[in-house]
Amino acid sequence: MIRLIASKEFRCLFASPSTWWMLALLQFIFAWFFLARVDDYLLVQAQLAQSGNAPGATISIAAPLANVLSIVLMMLIPLFTMRLIAEERRNQTWILLSTAPISSLHIVLGKFLGLLALLSLIIVVCGLMMCAIAFGTHVDVGLIASNVLGVWLLAASYAALGLYFSALTRQPIVAAFGALAVSLGLWMLEMSSGMVRVLSPTVHFQALNSGLINSSDLVYFGLFIGAFLGLTIHHIRRERGGAR
Amino acid sequence: MSTPLTLSAQHLTLFRGRRCVIEDVSLELRRGEVLGLLGHNGAGKSTTLQMLAGALLPTSGHVEVCDFDLSRQADLGKACLGFLPEHPPLYRDMTVHNFLVFAARLHRVSAAQLPEFLALAKQRCGLSEVGDKLIGTLSKGYQQRVGIAQAIIHQPAVVILDEPTVGLDPTQIRDIRNLIRELGNSSSVILSTHLLNEVESLCDRALILQNGKVIFNDTLAEMHRYNDIESSFIRLTAMQAEGVAP
Repeated sequence: MIRLIASKEFRCLFASPSTWWMLALLQFIFAWFFLARVDDYLLVQAQLAQSGNAPGATISIAAPLANVLSIVLMMLIPLFTMRLIAEERRNQTWILLSTAPISSLHIVLGKFLGLLALLSLIIVVCGLMMCAIAFGTHVDVGLIASNVLGVWLLAASYAALGLYFSALTRQPIVAAFGALAVSLGLWMLEMSSGMVRVLSPTVHFQALNSGLINSSDLVYFGLFIGAFLGLTIHHIRRERGGAR
Repeated sequence: MSTPLTLSAQHLTLFRGRRCVIEDVSLELRRGEVLGLLGHNGAGKSTTLQMLAGALLPTSGHVEVCDFDLSRQADLGKACLGFLPEHPPLYRDMTVHNFLVFAARLHRVSAAQLPEFLALAKQRCGLSEVGDKLIGTLSKGYQQRVGIAQAIIHQPAVVILDEPTVGLDPTQIRDIRNLIRELGNSSSVILSTHLLNEVESLCDRALILQNGKVIFNDTLAEMHRYNDIESSFIRLTAMQAEGVAP
C-alpha cells in the first residue's frame, strides 16, 4: 500500500509541467553557481598553491554548492509538500484516500516516500555535477558523499515538516507558508548562541558539509523526521477516526 | 426478511460547534435493496452519506458495514463500501485507466482480479473508449461516470452515491439508472437525489430528511398512499416545517 501511494505521487509530480519547469530552473541555477565557483577557484589557484595547507578543489567548489542546494531546497520543498495533503483536500480528492481501507500510517509514509524519491533525483543529479570536477583534478569522493548525504537528510527533514503543515490545513498556500516560516525560523536559530542552536537542522548539516559524519547528527535528523512524520500520522488518524 | 443486513447506522448525531447538524438518524439497508435519500437543500443528505461512508466522524452513534464497525474495524468495513461524493474525487492529471487502477488497488483488488474488475467497471459506466484520456479533459458527464466507476470498481456490498445523475444528459441519465438497477440486484445501493421520479423508478424505500432529522422512512408503497410521490413529499416536508406530526 505504501508503494502504491508513493508511486502514484511520484508519477503525478512528474505528470505536471510545473515540476519539469522547476527541475530545469534548478539545474540552470546550480550549473551557473557551479561554473562561477570553478571560475573563482581557478583565479585564486596560483596563490593557494604557494601556501602550505591549501584547501582542495572539492572543498572550495562542491561544499558551497551543497550549501546553496540546501537553501534552495528549503524554499522549494514547501511548494511540493503543500500539494500532498492540503491541495488534495481543496480539490476534494482527499475523500478517496480517507474512505479507502488503508491505514493513515500508509498514506503518510507513501506520500513522504513519493516526494523523497523526486528529491533524491534532484540531489543525485547535483551530486553528479559535483563529481564533474573529476575531469580536471583529483576529487575528494568522501567529502562529496558526506555532502550528498547531508543535503538528502536535510531535504527529508524539510519534507516531513512540510507534510505536517500540509496535514493541518486545507489551504495549500497556508501549508506552504507555514512550513517555510518554520524552516526559516530554524535556520535563524543557527545564528543564535546557547542550547537552542542544536535544534536547528542546518547546524547539523554544517558538520556533514565539511565532511564530518557525526552519529549525533544522524540521530538528530532521524528524530526530526520521525517526530514530524509521527505528528502527521497522529493528526490524520485523529481526523479519520477509528483505531488505525 | 431473510436477506442479510449490509449497512446499519444507529443514532447518528453530528454537532458542528454547538449547532446540531444531524440529529439521531438511524437507517438499515439489506442486500439487494435500493434506498433513496430525499430532502431539501441543506437538509443534511450529503453529510449523512459522508458519515455512512466513513469520511466524516459522527459526534455519537455508529455505523456498521457488513457487520464491521466503521470506527473499530475501519479497514474491513471500508473495503465493503463504494462511495461517490458530491464532488467526484478525481485526479485531473491522471488518465481514466490509471486512475481506475489506482482506485482498485486502493480498495485491495488483487492483481489477479484487476483486469476483470477494470473491464467490467469500464463497460458498465461506458468508459471503454476514453481509457487513455486525461480526466481533466473530459466533459462533466464523463467525469461523473468516472466517479461512479471509481465507486463500484471493487464490487462492494454497499454502494453510496451522492446525486449520481447530476450534470448528465438524458441518455446518460437513463444509462446510469439502468446501472443502478443492475447494482441493486447484487449489492445494496443508497443514493441521494432531488429528482422524485428517480426515486420512483429506482428505489425500494425512501428516507426523507429535514433539518437533519428523519421525517419519513418507509417503502415507496407507503409514500404512494397519499396520491403521487411528489405531493406526498411536499406534504411531508411542509407538515414538518409547520411542526405538525405527519
